[in-house]
Amino acid sequence: MGPSGAGKSVILKHIIGLLKPDAGDVWVQGKSVPDLTPDELRGLRRNMGYLFQHAALINWLSVFENVALPLKETRELSPSQIQDKVEHVLKLVRMEGDLQKYPAELSGGMQKRVGLARALVTDPRIILYDEPEAGLDPEMSTSVSRMIRRLRDELHTTSITVTHSWACAQLIADRVALFEKGALVTEAPLDAFLSDPHPRVSEFLGQSK
Amino acid sequence: MNGGYGVFLAGQVFVRIPHLFRRRQTFKEQLFLGGIKTLHVSLLVGFFIGMIVSLQVGLELSKYGQQENIGLLVSILMAREMAPFVTAIILAASVGSAMAAELGTMKVQEEITALDVLSVDVVSYLVLPRVIALTLVSPILTLLSVWVGTLGGGVIAVTQLGLDFSGYTHNAMTALQDIGSTIPLPVSLYSGLIKSIVFGFVTAIVSCASGLHATNGAQGVGQTTRSAVRDSIILIIVLNFFLGKFLLH
Repeated sequence: MGPSGAGKSVILKHIIGLLKPDAGDVWVQGKSVPDLTPDELRGLRRNMGYLFQHAALINWLSVFENVALPLKETRELSPSQIQDKVEHVLKLVRMEGDLQKYPAELSGGMQKRVGLARALVTDPRIILYDEPEAGLDPEMSTSVSRMIRRLRDELHTTSITVTHSWACAQLIADRVALFEKGALVTEAPLDAFLSDPHPRVSEFLGQSK
Repeated sequence: MNGGYGVFLAGQVFVRIPHLFRRRQTFKEQLFLGGIKTLHVSLLVGFFIGMIVSLQVGLELSKYGQQENIGLLVSILMAREMAPFVTAIILAASVGSAMAAELGTMKVQEEITALDVLSVDVVSYLVLPRVIALTLVSPILTLLSVWVGTLGGGVIAVTQLGLDFSGYTHNAMTALQDIGSTIPLPVSLYSGLIKSIVFGFVTAIVSCASGLHATNGAQGVGQTTRSAVRDSIILIIVLNFFLGKFLLH
């Protein structure tokens, strides 16, 4: 968590190798991400899912084609296997009725859910969520947060979520870290975070509420 | 556009040519966009260019009583210079700008980043079918432009210069008699077609490279599109001179 410009999304982009750190290192599953070759990085990313702030669906592909894309491009599966997997993940995010729709025909919340299905379809071990509640009304934001929690519990994946919403963090987090100006302020389990003595924690929570 | 990145991208496209079969759906769509959707513009412009050349050169030739040679001049000018050049400009302005805007929009909306994160090969998925389609479409449109341009020149030869159409056509066909020593085809034809292949390839590479480097939202996409068209046209003009010099020798 952290205010805008704290460097939250930048951390996610370092974890998945979209950015290289100016200094220091990033270790994921025992590998130093900045030192990976392009092929090794592709291999690492196969174990990771990423939900973009604005879903980043490919506009000219239907819901089905968007979710099937990583399978068609990176896995050797038969069309029927792809069909089964895509339908399964779309059911998980409750979008099974909109297979043939295009992103422009979907609301922001629905696009997020399709983006989530696309992130899940390759069975990732780690999922990164970049402000899943951004641009959604409070009701839809809560619904997406609950879905993230449910998927985490059902699929047993490690999830790292970037948010500036305390309501979202309360729904989905086991541990919370607060960032400011590119630096870690504090990090603790959800309950302990509330009573963290650092002055920025109470200030941030006050503003967030 | 960064010139070094353009050269790098061109190399990446060559390496991925074997992927083209997998990309046949996008490839066919791009052929349609670059070919069928641009055909009427190419034909119309080619026809009028032929008429302009015939009118301007024909009126000068008629002062010296040489107007019966207008067919040869129109067909040579159309095949070697005007048709490849004008077709390339049309493709840069219509198809190249659309490519830059499309990829630029994808870039600023994080769709390119999403493809990267999903381990999708962006060059193979997006760039390869566009580049190959435009490279193939360009000589086809050029050939058609030569044909309608020569026809347009004939209309002027008949209506303004008082020539008969069969004489004009016979004179125009003599342009095909000059066979090259290295390539056993009419020089006028192959020099124009080779130019058009290079122009199509360069336009597509410049447009894709510009699009993939777009930043700063909608304003950045506009800037990217403008610079893609500008850079393509500059490269087409410079290459036109050097290729013309090289191919005729």
